[in-house]
Amino acid sequence: MAKVILNEVRKHFGNVKALDGINLTIEEGLFVVLLGPSGCGKTTLMRCISGLEKLTDGKILFDDADVSNTAPKDRNVAMVFQSYAVWPHMKVRDNIAYPLKLKKVPKKEIEERVKWVAELLHISELLDRFPSQLSGGQRQRVAVARAIVHRPKVLLMDEPLSNLDALLRVRMRSELRKLHDQVKVTTVYVTHDQTEAMTMGDKIAVMNAGRIIQYGTPEEIYRRPKTIFVAGFVGSPQMNFLPMKVTSSGNQFFAENFGLRIPLRTDPRKDRLTVGIRPEHIFLEQPGNSVSIGATVYFAEKLMSETVLHLMIDGDTTIVVKVPYDLSVEENDKMQVYVDLNRIHFFDPATGERIEL
Amino acid sequence: MKRESMVPLLLILPALVYLVVFIGYPIVGTFQLAFSSPKGWLENFKYVLSSRDFLSAFLNTILLGVVVIPAQFVLAILLALLVNKKWKGYKTILYIIATPLALSDVTAALISYSIFAPNGYLNKILLRLNWIERPLYFFGYLFRSREFLVVILTEIWRATPLVFVILLAGLQSINNEYLEAADVFGFSAWEKFTKITLPLLKPSIVSALLVRTLFAFQIFGVVWLLAGRDITILAGETYYWYVFMNNRNIASTYALIIAILTFIVGWFYIGTIRSKHLEEGVRT
Amino acid sequence: MKKFFYILACVAICLWFLGPLFFTFLASMTPSSDFYSMDKIFPSKLTFEHIYKLLVNLGGWRAMLVSVQVALIAIAISFAFGIPAGYAITRYIFRGKNMIKLVMLFTRSVPLVVIAVSLVTMYLRLNLADTMFGVALAHAAMVLPFVVLITSSIFSGVFVEYEEAGMIFGLSRFGAFLRITMPLALPGLAASAIFAFIMSWNEVFAASVLAITNRTLPAHILSTAMASPDYFKFAAGTIMAVPALIFIFIIRKYLISMWGISLK
Repeated sequence: MAKVILNEVRKHFGNVKALDGINLTIEEGLFVVLLGPSGCGKTTLMRCISGLEKLTDGKILFDDADVSNTAPKDRNVAMVFQSYAVWPHMKVRDNIAYPLKLKKVPKKEIEERVKWVAELLHISELLDRFPSQLSGGQRQRVAVARAIVHRPKVLLMDEPLSNLDALLRVRMRSELRKLHDQVKVTTVYVTHDQTEAMTMGDKIAVMNAGRIIQYGTPEEIYRRPKTIFVAGFVGSPQMNFLPMKVTSSGNQFFAENFGLRIPLRTDPRKDRLTVGIRPEHIFLEQPGNSVSIGATVYFAEKLMSETVLHLMIDGDTTIVVKVPYDLSVEENDKMQVYVDLNRIHFFDPATGERIEL
Repeated sequence: MKRESMVPLLLILPALVYLVVFIGYPIVGTFQLAFSSPKGWLENFKYVLSSRDFLSAFLNTILLGVVVIPAQFVLAILLALLVNKKWKGYKTILYIIATPLALSDVTAALISYSIFAPNGYLNKILLRLNWIERPLYFFGYLFRSREFLVVILTEIWRATPLVFVILLAGLQSINNEYLEAADVFGFSAWEKFTKITLPLLKPSIVSALLVRTLFAFQIFGVVWLLAGRDITILAGETYYWYVFMNNRNIASTYALIIAILTFIVGWFYIGTIRSKHLEEGVRT
Repeated sequence: MKKFFYILACVAICLWFLGPLFFTFLASMTPSSDFYSMDKIFPSKLTFEHIYKLLVNLGGWRAMLVSVQVALIAIAISFAFGIPAGYAITRYIFRGKNMIKLVMLFTRSVPLVVIAVSLVTMYLRLNLADTMFGVALAHAAMVLPFVVLITSSIFSGVFVEYEEAGMIFGLSRFGAFLRITMPLALPGLAASAIFAFIMSWNEVFAASVLAITNRTLPAHILSTAMASPDYFKFAAGTIMAVPALIFIFIIRKYLISMWGISLK
């Protein structure tokens, strides 16, 4: 187990800045998720931590030791690859034991540890098979077993669930998380799936264009997204973003547009604001502190557990609202919805930064 | 960063140096030999180009190509279509068709000789069937046109599988959905072949054509063994001038002419398929 | 009807492709008296006399040994130089990579006919003329571009992740190549070695020009066959064909892809 410190980490491929100055401290024993769209640099960052990629600039420290120029084999990290990379020419047992053998662990101990990890991951009966005789889910367990058996300082996982079918993916989410709680190894987990990030991570680092935009607990990311990008990337359906003008009457400032008039606590010192409202924070009945907006039903997605309404609030502006499944609506119905003012987000339209108002 | 980028070059360097020494340098040497003569640097070419042997060697080489290549293509396409149907046992037939690939031109010539020799099996069988009264002769200067025929048959036998293999690989890479779509739209079998299969097969056809034409200029073993210099050919003249006349300069001149012809043909084809050619060479 | 057509086609294919081979084998084992009597298609008995004489009395055995040695040395050289290059082309991104590939494609299509005579001049200076080693060096040059291209294709078939996993779990880059990539690439490499063997075994022009006394089997046959009685020619055809056929049979699974790469 180790604390991982990334200091101004840069990685350039030719002219492409895959990592553009990453600063991050991952506390010991934490499960950290790198979340972002494809091409944001999350996998590159993980490969830099593993040592498979050399840094263009910056430093990586495990605890207090600078490992920036250490070969992957000497970093004592482990990795679960997206394709699992379970060596096809070795039996499951040898796949798991090989890292230990390379580390010159005594034979007896190797046997014990393989036994331990096989039981932990429920693959004891697969030990004498070749990887070609395993299903995708079984192969993944072997990959995880191989990664944790030699007690690495840092465990890296590169979208390990993306090649599994939907049902298995959900099950493995909780299993991997529980496994982490048992072995308590510092874990860096790469994914583009926000559900995985929210359900598994102690902390999430949301990345975009080679930078970390926000680093925090899932709750912080959800409740106080730092930028429009984070707000839009986390949450499903996506947050509604409405461009609004700032008006004032006396000392009171408002954000106004689409017949909405949202009172602001302080002077935003801007003419325009982007207002973000999550679909689950718009209601059919008036909650405590709210404003109402008139809308026409454009389309209703009936998901059975709930209904997602697309409402026209203007000639070409729609908002998305999550409502209970038993609501009966028809297209073109007129309705009134209420926006919860306590759970509204404000962003600077020019920079995309969050503004606390 | 800099060290990292040196590694692949260091790995490639030995191979590159080897090729420069054993292929690049000898090519330069061929030029030197071909262009050096006591009478003047172009004398070898003047001598070769004005000789009757060259003219007939050139024409024979071209003629062999013109007859053999189209025949090979028709046969190879038919075979490839047949095998590509993937009926039971098609693999066995595939390997049977591929057998000549293992054999050299010398071997192919000897095999062909067992059929067409005066005491060969063709004569024996025809005599047994009473279709002829005395053996047919296929070899010797007097029977040059028959010799030519035997060479052609041997070349078709030997090298059709080469074309076949390339075309089959091409056929197998055609997504079956294109043909199923054609079925849905009611194409006939002939329309499917001419409107879908053939156009999609074009890259394979062009590369097979390239390979075959390049090899056509190098044809040697079969002709040399079966016909000697009864049928002169370019590579045969190179061999003759080196081994029998002990004249490296004239031999190199012939070699250079082969190289130039190969180069022209290669350039012509690669011009038409360049991008494809590069992409398929190595996957990354 | 359709089935009948298929069967007919198959029979025709078998006759056309295997018939001549069969007759050559038959002729090489037919006693000479039977061979020269026109009304005997099938011999009264089979004999290995011609093959034995060709091998023992006419220098066939020696030539065969030369052939094998030449091929093995050519394989050793071309693989020693070709494997690193093929690996680099697959696993690294670097400037000039396309150029390198182009060089490989170009050198592969340079006919040995073109360089053989000039190689003699070079060999005379290096004391390699008329040596088995000289022929092997030339064959290595012929096979090397093919080895580079095919090994790079074989290595690209072994996922990078296997190798990277090796590096993560305690191997150096070279160690990962040796312990992970090589074992996985081995069947393909073995098949390409056999393929290279056949290429060298069958090459006749350079072998004839570069060596007079140390001739490989095809070169030996080329220079002596025309002067020999017919049944020796067939014996020669047989001993040339059989090893090649056996080898091709061993690597039959790889045949199509190899020819694809060697010809493209």
